[in-house]
Amino acid sequence: MNPETIKSELEANIPGCVLQLVTNASPCAQHSLLMDAEHAIAVATYLRDAAGLRMDFCSNVTGIDWPQREVSEKIKVKKLVDGVETEVDEVKKTVVPGYLEAVYHLYSMELKHGPVILRMRTQDRDAGVHLPSLMHVWRSADLQEREIFDLYGIIFDGHHDLRRLLMWENFVDHPMRRDYVDPDDYEYEPTAHDEVLRRAQQHRAEGGRQ
Amino acid sequence: MAYPSVSLTPQPEHVGTQLLEVSMGPQHPSTHGVFRMDVVLDGESVVKLKPVFGYLHRNHEKIAEQETYLGSMPYTDRLDYLCSLTNNWGYALAVEKLAGIEVPERAEYLRVIVGEMTRLQNHALLVGFLMQDMGSSGTPLMYAFREREKLLDLFEALTGARMMCNYMRFGGCRVDLPAGWLEHAKKVVDDFPRFLDEYEALLAGNEILMARTQGVGVLSPELAVSAGITGPMLRASGVNYDIRKVDKYGIYDRFAFRVPLGDHGDVYDRYMIRLLEMRETVKILQQALRDLPEGPIMDPKTKVRNFRPKPGEAYGRIESPKGELGFYLVSDGSPTPYRYRVRPPSLVNLTVLEEMCLGHNVADVVVILGSVDIVLGEVDR
Repeated sequence: MNPETIKSELEANIPGCVLQLVTNASPCAQHSLLMDAEHAIAVATYLRDAAGLRMDFCSNVTGIDWPQREVSEKIKVKKLVDGVETEVDEVKKTVVPGYLEAVYHLYSMELKHGPVILRMRTQDRDAGVHLPSLMHVWRSADLQEREIFDLYGIIFDGHHDLRRLLMWENFVDHPMRRDYVDPDDYEYEPTAHDEVLRRAQQHRAEGGRQ
Repeated sequence: MAYPSVSLTPQPEHVGTQLLEVSMGPQHPSTHGVFRMDVVLDGESVVKLKPVFGYLHRNHEKIAEQETYLGSMPYTDRLDYLCSLTNNWGYALAVEKLAGIEVPERAEYLRVIVGEMTRLQNHALLVGFLMQDMGSSGTPLMYAFREREKLLDLFEALTGARMMCNYMRFGGCRVDLPAGWLEHAKKVVDDFPRFLDEYEALLAGNEILMARTQGVGVLSPELAVSAGITGPMLRASGVNYDIRKVDKYGIYDRFAFRVPLGDHGDVYDRYMIRLLEMRETVKILQQALRDLPEGPIMDPKTKVRNFRPKPGEAYGRIESPKGELGFYLVSDGSPTPYRYRVRPPSLVNLTVLEEMCLGHNVADVVVILGSVDIVLGEVDR
């Protein structure tokens, strides 16, 4: 399964679709294809139905959080130092805006090959967290997309039942995000012990014996 | 004497019926853990079913992302707490893909041996619990437990723990076999078909078993593939997909074994697939125990301390007893994984629970859920 050929096949068959090859430096070399949200369903349907591909089995669906980060790279700049032009190393910093990513691992049960890895990225991490749901292409994305919505907060448009999966309904945040801070008073409930502590504190304030 | 077929209590026409909403679980013995199904019933038959997850959620993935790579290894035991060794294997396989680690031959054999033993004890337990769910209280389950305990004794002798084995390492296994283990294992494995014969003699033609399972919870192959169902449940629907055969991870290309397939995709097929798979597993085990070579059990180049894979990502998957167990890892070059994801077979296999249960009686829901084979430690993570 060469991702380059799949990429060119998809781009030839789906008008207006531009894919980007995301290379993977690890020894397993599982490269992936980054697709835009607009053509995602067309790409997914093509991969599922095309005769030579038949990616009928969507195995794994997951999210990744990439917060805004600074990338610093060293560049050489020519500068005048004491009247002499010399090359000086300078650190150039660029800010990469944050986004959330959904990753789909596809296999073919019919032709027994794979994986083909698809990625989609949201615009940002706040308001533009919408992605199209692929659960109507592969039913296995149903619960897994719900889990991503729950833990990462990606809103999958077109999902039939987008509710929290693992956290409880009244929970507000998305705990798998990198910047999530869990509250000190998780499930805080006043207990009889609190009343005792309060009275003890009052007692101390009044100058009572410790 | 023939009884009149009319109802003895008068049923006026104007008495309507109403739907009844039942919350099965979280503390229901049939849910095999803390799992809830909100079932809407029309009389006895199910018209709607919504599974509710999360009672055992502890955000395994987040915890693993704050831990070193090796530090998560004992925690994978707690995912599917009946099959800790295959969980170890799946995780080790993913990390080996990520970092490009080779596994010595003896370690591969040891992995196959303990992994297939895990499959044996899982399936034995499942068929026992399925009988329990059908109301055959005790006896078949205890027969299964008796066999399982023999395998757990072997695990304990090898790894030090019955269930939380924490046995595999990146690039091999933690300890080598103790003296006498191999002979004992051969004996247990050779005796195992006797249990299967006994079990089949007791139950295969049982009328109650057939009445309760045949035609119940039918899953079509098309829906099974689309819904990502894997493992024995998929093969019971007649789809030939076994990752041991497809990926040939480890050394599975060296063993001769067949993949049993079902015809109807009902609960009975799922039950029989497990029994047949156990027979094939015994074959694999006999070959592996016979061919086990001498040699090292760890790749000597593997770094245990300060293990930092190069930036990249990898998805590794194995055929666990419940289905496809996958681990997806993203490394940023630090000692902790940037992203650690478990692809839980139990959770994905529950996607079509509602479709399988609709129209059946509420008592069948218990049996259908039992035939899916879930462990809540893995469903909720």
